[in-house]
Amino acid sequence: MSSYMNRNKTFKNIPDFKLSPAVDKVGVEERVARFQTRSIKNESKVQGLKMVLNMIDLTTLEGKDTPGKVRQMCYKAQHLHDLQEGLPTVAAVCVYPTMVAEAKKALGDSGIKVASVSTAFPSGQSTREIKLLDTRFAVDNGADEIDMVISRGKFLAGDYNFVFDEIAAIKEACGKARLKVIFETGELASLDQVRRASDIAMYAGADFIKTSTGKIQPAATMQVTYTMLCAIKDFYRKTGVKVGMKPAGGISSAKLALHNLVMVKETLGSDWLNNEWFRFGASSLANDVLMQLVKQETGHYQSADYFSID
Amino acid sequence: MTKKDKKSEPENQAKKDFNFNGTWDYSPSPESTSHVKLKERYDLYIDGKFVAPASKKYFKSTNPANEQVLAEVAYANEADVDKAVKAARKAYENVWSKLSAKERGKYIYRIARLMQEKARELAVVETLDAGKTIRESRDVDVPLACNHFFYYAGWADKLEYAFPNRNVSALGVAGQIIPWNFPLLMAAWKIAPALAAGNTVVLKPAETTPLTAMLLAEIIHESGLPAGVVNILTGYGDTGAAIVNHPDINKIAFTGSTNVGKIIQKAVAGTGKKLTLELGGKSANIIFEDAPVDQAVEGIVNGIFFNQGHVCCAGSRLFVQESVAEEVIQKLKDRLDTLYVGDPLDKNTDIGAINSKEQLETIQKYIKIGKDEGASMYESSCEIPEKGYFVRPTLFTDVAQSSRIAQEEIFGPVLTIQTFRTIDEVIQKANNSPYGLAAGVWTDKGSRIFNMTTKLRAGVIWANTYNKFDPTSPFGGYKESGFGREGGLQGLGAYLKIER
Repeated sequence: MSSYMNRNKTFKNIPDFKLSPAVDKVGVEERVARFQTRSIKNESKVQGLKMVLNMIDLTTLEGKDTPGKVRQMCYKAQHLHDLQEGLPTVAAVCVYPTMVAEAKKALGDSGIKVASVSTAFPSGQSTREIKLLDTRFAVDNGADEIDMVISRGKFLAGDYNFVFDEIAAIKEACGKARLKVIFETGELASLDQVRRASDIAMYAGADFIKTSTGKIQPAATMQVTYTMLCAIKDFYRKTGVKVGMKPAGGISSAKLALHNLVMVKETLGSDWLNNEWFRFGASSLANDVLMQLVKQETGHYQSADYFSID
Repeated sequence: MTKKDKKSEPENQAKKDFNFNGTWDYSPSPESTSHVKLKERYDLYIDGKFVAPASKKYFKSTNPANEQVLAEVAYANEADVDKAVKAARKAYENVWSKLSAKERGKYIYRIARLMQEKARELAVVETLDAGKTIRESRDVDVPLACNHFFYYAGWADKLEYAFPNRNVSALGVAGQIIPWNFPLLMAAWKIAPALAAGNTVVLKPAETTPLTAMLLAEIIHESGLPAGVVNILTGYGDTGAAIVNHPDINKIAFTGSTNVGKIIQKAVAGTGKKLTLELGGKSANIIFEDAPVDQAVEGIVNGIFFNQGHVCCAGSRLFVQESVAEEVIQKLKDRLDTLYVGDPLDKNTDIGAINSKEQLETIQKYIKIGKDEGASMYESSCEIPEKGYFVRPTLFTDVAQSSRIAQEEIFGPVLTIQTFRTIDEVIQKANNSPYGLAAGVWTDKGSRIFNMTTKLRAGVIWANTYNKFDPTSPFGGYKESGFGREGGLQGLGAYLKIER
């Protein structure tokens, strides 16, 4: 895993981020509409829905989170719907740093990862020092993955070096934990900026790039996710280094999740269709997927009361 | 070398490829055909009645995706054409020209609404008969066809406002001959403005795709349109020739090949018939280095592979600025590998069947010419069905302006790629063609778009998009791509006598 450390130092040709490729919004919308016309039926639907479950970062990020709430969510993460056989677990749970130890304990050796937001999530309005401490605290408590936020103020002011250096510094503080970099695309406003942020984060050492905190709308629109997937594709071609993608916020239906998978499949191909390289950040997606899976087997929809809320 | 060492020098690794197969494939998702009941045999629609042809002959219309016969269709001869023209003349003189413009508009609206009601049936039959994908017939052909009727219905009682300070009047009987690439849509492009302007119509669909025109005849019949206002005759080239040569026709509108267009222009010369021709093309799609690359690649794909490349304005000549050529071509190849070629009725199919065996042979001929000329060919890795007429999406690089594949219209999913260095060079090369139907310009720079639109000699120029159609927008070409415009006010004017 040490290969993830200081990876940013290995890129010799860091591009001028002012020259990130242009993105045409109308064209992106058109492409996304094409993905949405894909018809996913029968076996491919069942297989796709199970993939979605296995890619979820089950998330609770509230001021009122307690160890009890986190323990319950961790149980759900391992037992999505025990009445249905052959279901995978989710990929990870995502919590605040103070809940990492509790989550780690609750998940034991289940293989489910613990992801922690850090760097003064969600606003990122704090000093470098505090952000590094925040990150180290989460890692020391056992976090396998760190979800950091970029400094959007600095980014929008054009201080790309600051944003780059900050990501690189947090990456170093992550140690062996994988780093997801959140752009809060709802605050970046244009797809050109989303593309630029993606390029900065990947060259600075991000293992994953992530759309949103879930606290700002719009969050993970397909347009934004597609723009980021294109950036990942170009980065892989240039450097040979794979970067993962995590849309988060606003993906609450199975249908939308499947459309996201279609988009990944047709943009990056099969190698990204697993939870090592693709995640959904979601709190309520799992139950809609479960409902669809049960329907696929029985032919009937059950009410929401048949699926547990944790 | 340890794994770690490898990771530490990622930029030394070979450029990575993407794997677009396996892991998760889409299950077949065919559109149901259970709601469609085709007749075994379709007669001619003349004077408000479905009648057997004087020739007593019928021909078969087949599904190009599986080579199965769909139905038999009447073969109209000169006598049938004469009967239809007489019916159209009678309807023009006695009924249609006497009707108030508002009433005329109502009939056109009614046809549009009936088409919408039967949209699914029309889409499925179009796909069966023409080989185009259900995605396109459902999302493009049928809705656009309806919109043409809706749009022109609105003009019917506003002709004097359409052309202020002019006296406008109908021409009389219009003879219309349409191609096989957009059968229903082309029928709509022709019939809707003709009726709105107050003319009556004799229309001939192409011999390989007559079925949706006959469904449209049934819709028109159901709408209660007065007998003889629209007559639809199925047949071959000689049927079309009989329409062109009939002395009592006032206007010929033809969409099809440049060769046939030339024959028609000769035949019509000196007869006083008004003529519009919408012919072939070899349109340039131009990618500048500052273009949004991923969207441009999408536009290239849409430009040439839409409707299997059976599009007169297809962006079949790609010009890419040399500084980005490698990247664009690489991305284009990736994108080709994600296109699904196969059963046109499957909702996930991107590229359907070639319209006919004859056209398949033409495309194959040009692919061979391209190889013989020494161009480098790349075709997508997809599997294609054994039965039916299919071609893999194909690219040619190392193509020169003097290559035949870059000069002649192939009318299939075959793209030629040339590179350029400067704006002047690309304008010169783009215009260096006997055709002038359409062009695409991809750049992030607004001023360059306007510069290009003034200098490219093409009827339609798209900026940062391609193959966009709308009833309000005129469409037509320069040079050997024809003359006259269809769509919009210009398309209406083509069916009117406009005087001071």
